[in-house]
Amino acid sequence: MKKDSVIYLTGSGIPDARPLKPYSDEACSFLAALSDLLSRHRNPPDVATLAFFCRRANIARLKSDFSSPDVRLGRGTVFHIAPSNIPINFAFSLVFGLLSGNSNVVRVPSKAWPQVDIVCGAINSLLERPEFSEFAHRIAMVRYERDDDVTRFFSERCDARIVWGGDETVRRIRSIPIPPRAVEVSFADRYSFCVISEESVMKLDNVAVARLANNFYNDTYLVDQNACSSPSLIMWLTGPRRAPGARERFWSAVWLRACEYDLAPIHAVDKYTELCCCLSRVDDVESVVRHGNLIYRLKLASLNGVEGLCGKFGFFFEYESDNIDVIASHVTSKWQTLTYFGVEKPEISRFVADNFLRGIDRIVPVGSALDISVMWDGFDIVRTLSRIVEIK
Amino acid sequence: MFQFDEIASLPPFSLGERDKNSLFERAMADMTLFHFERCEDYRKIVRGLGFDTKSLRGVSDFPFLPVRLFKSHELLSVDRREVVKTMTSSGTTGQSVSKIFLDRETSSRQTKALARITSDFIGGHRLPMLVVDSSELLKDRKMFSARGAGILGFSMLGRDVTYALDGEMRLNLDAIEAFLDRHKGGNVLLFGFTFMIWEYFYKALAESGRRLPIDGGVLIHGGGWKKLQASAVDPASFAEALRSVCGVSRVHNYYGMVEQTGSIFMECEEGRLHCSIFSDVIVRRHMDFLPCPTGDEGLIQTISLLPWSYPGHSILTEDIGRVTGVDDCPCGRLGRTFAVKGRIARAEARGCGDTYEKR
Repeated sequence: MKKDSVIYLTGSGIPDARPLKPYSDEACSFLAALSDLLSRHRNPPDVATLAFFCRRANIARLKSDFSSPDVRLGRGTVFHIAPSNIPINFAFSLVFGLLSGNSNVVRVPSKAWPQVDIVCGAINSLLERPEFSEFAHRIAMVRYERDDDVTRFFSERCDARIVWGGDETVRRIRSIPIPPRAVEVSFADRYSFCVISEESVMKLDNVAVARLANNFYNDTYLVDQNACSSPSLIMWLTGPRRAPGARERFWSAVWLRACEYDLAPIHAVDKYTELCCCLSRVDDVESVVRHGNLIYRLKLASLNGVEGLCGKFGFFFEYESDNIDVIASHVTSKWQTLTYFGVEKPEISRFVADNFLRGIDRIVPVGSALDISVMWDGFDIVRTLSRIVEIK
Repeated sequence: MFQFDEIASLPPFSLGERDKNSLFERAMADMTLFHFERCEDYRKIVRGLGFDTKSLRGVSDFPFLPVRLFKSHELLSVDRREVVKTMTSSGTTGQSVSKIFLDRETSSRQTKALARITSDFIGGHRLPMLVVDSSELLKDRKMFSARGAGILGFSMLGRDVTYALDGEMRLNLDAIEAFLDRHKGGNVLLFGFTFMIWEYFYKALAESGRRLPIDGGVLIHGGGWKKLQASAVDPASFAEALRSVCGVSRVHNYYGMVEQTGSIFMECEEGRLHCSIFSDVIVRRHMDFLPCPTGDEGLIQTISLLPWSYPGHSILTEDIGRVTGVDDCPCGRLGRTFAVKGRIARAEARGCGDTYEKR
């Protein structure tokens, strides 16, 4: 490996401080201090989100939720491979690594996101404080161009590896071995959908519809509808009383909100091309509604093959039914997030449990699709990255 | 039903806006219906997009296919047995390429239209022609790349077709000089792709310090400026540079694509690209695909009355441009004129994409 191909934004070499307990006082204090520094940044908004996540009260809440009867310790050194196009994800990955008691090598996006400089700058200034000096041996933030030799170097020296970012990446990185004892957490391509009750949309006043649309926007347009937890399929639950106009009301509100969306010309063409591809491929198209190029809606007459229909940049597939259970037979292990509106929690729990689903790891209200936490993709990341010491 | 023969012998820049619109409305309706009835993918797409083939009127109301669809789909409106030529775009290695299927008729219309359009610029006589490319390019005749097809198509407009470059893309000075000797004092036509001309003809001549006596010659070139943008070569400096090494007095750029071979858009003496009676352009806003007012930049849609064997008569390109006028070019040619700014910029999507950026 060429040493000069790796740029250390923070730390050096392979950090391998002694492991700590999950939610150790040391890590909690460090994150609280990081939160203080970062909360000065109102922009970019995802840095503010990170600061809010790391604030003392939130970490304390996570800690109290984490009750483990066993003695647990971090596994050692975690190698994080962060995605290049969610700028703040690398920082959350580091936070999970610290909370689980580990030392961390984090490959940051090779793209020059301002978020990377802001977070690494804050960490560097914390490391200069005497009370956090030990963290210099816990954190290395590295930047390198795609290079299997570098990935191999860090992989051979880690106790756990976290790979964010889709099937292709996971396959490629899996071909680079980690030590026999090491564990791997990888995040593959996923499929997500949204369930909205028609009647409940009709009951909303205009302010509430706008709020719902804003939440929906945050789940989708905010990340080009390209996050694995952004819904592609919108399932409209119809009730005994028809609610004509509910959908148009919803989409009009989304359209109003999406007028702010900066649709790049290339993405408009991408989206139109994808629409044409879908039309030639899918036999069960009931109708297509286009609101300019901001919103494309393709209404499906059947759910066959729905998992292969992934929209981006505001391209949604719609299906209507009076029974949420009809979707159960289509759910595979690829399905990740279900966002819902106007459906009661017990009904949702019943749907998942009674249908013995293979997929769906997260069920959250519309607006929370992207809320990342220690639970993600069906894992408790802090538990996975710590080991149990069995004592009898 | 619209017949190609109606326009085949009209002067190519002779229709004013009103006449051209009525011709194109009729032709577009017939062509759209023709492909709708014969190409299943086209039918499914057009039906899904919600175009009612019976109630369309204005030319800009007709459906258009995104150009990339010709890369992912094999689109045909004739029986496969009638295909005499399959043309491909010259994508770089690893990229998918467009596949365009030509039957005898569509292919011959392309040749006719190209001859009609270019004769308006260089006269109806066949000129001795120097092709600035390598003859090796045409070795495999079964698959026509865009470059090969362009050269072959234009070659039919010339005589004593001579290649200026050898198999290694080096200047073949012996061949060039013999060619110029044979046509001393007469008019000659130079043809090639913009980048090839710059890289292997202009640069080689400039380096060697030689000046070729092609004074009075006409140069026609196309294929886009993208590769030259890095070297900051614009049309004016391109023409000037060529004049300095070989004296050509007229330089015509053209805009065209393998998906609509034949109905090319030639740049006139005023530097405007011209639609002919075989073609038209509509510039559309990317936010809603509505037509832009004259002068505003948007995505270029190209219309060609030539494709019948494949549904390529109305295509949304990935190029940005603007309309510069209709029937008002000082050169006197009628029809819409426009300018091309270049390919739309790639932009990365947000979201959980792949960590290992694709190269």
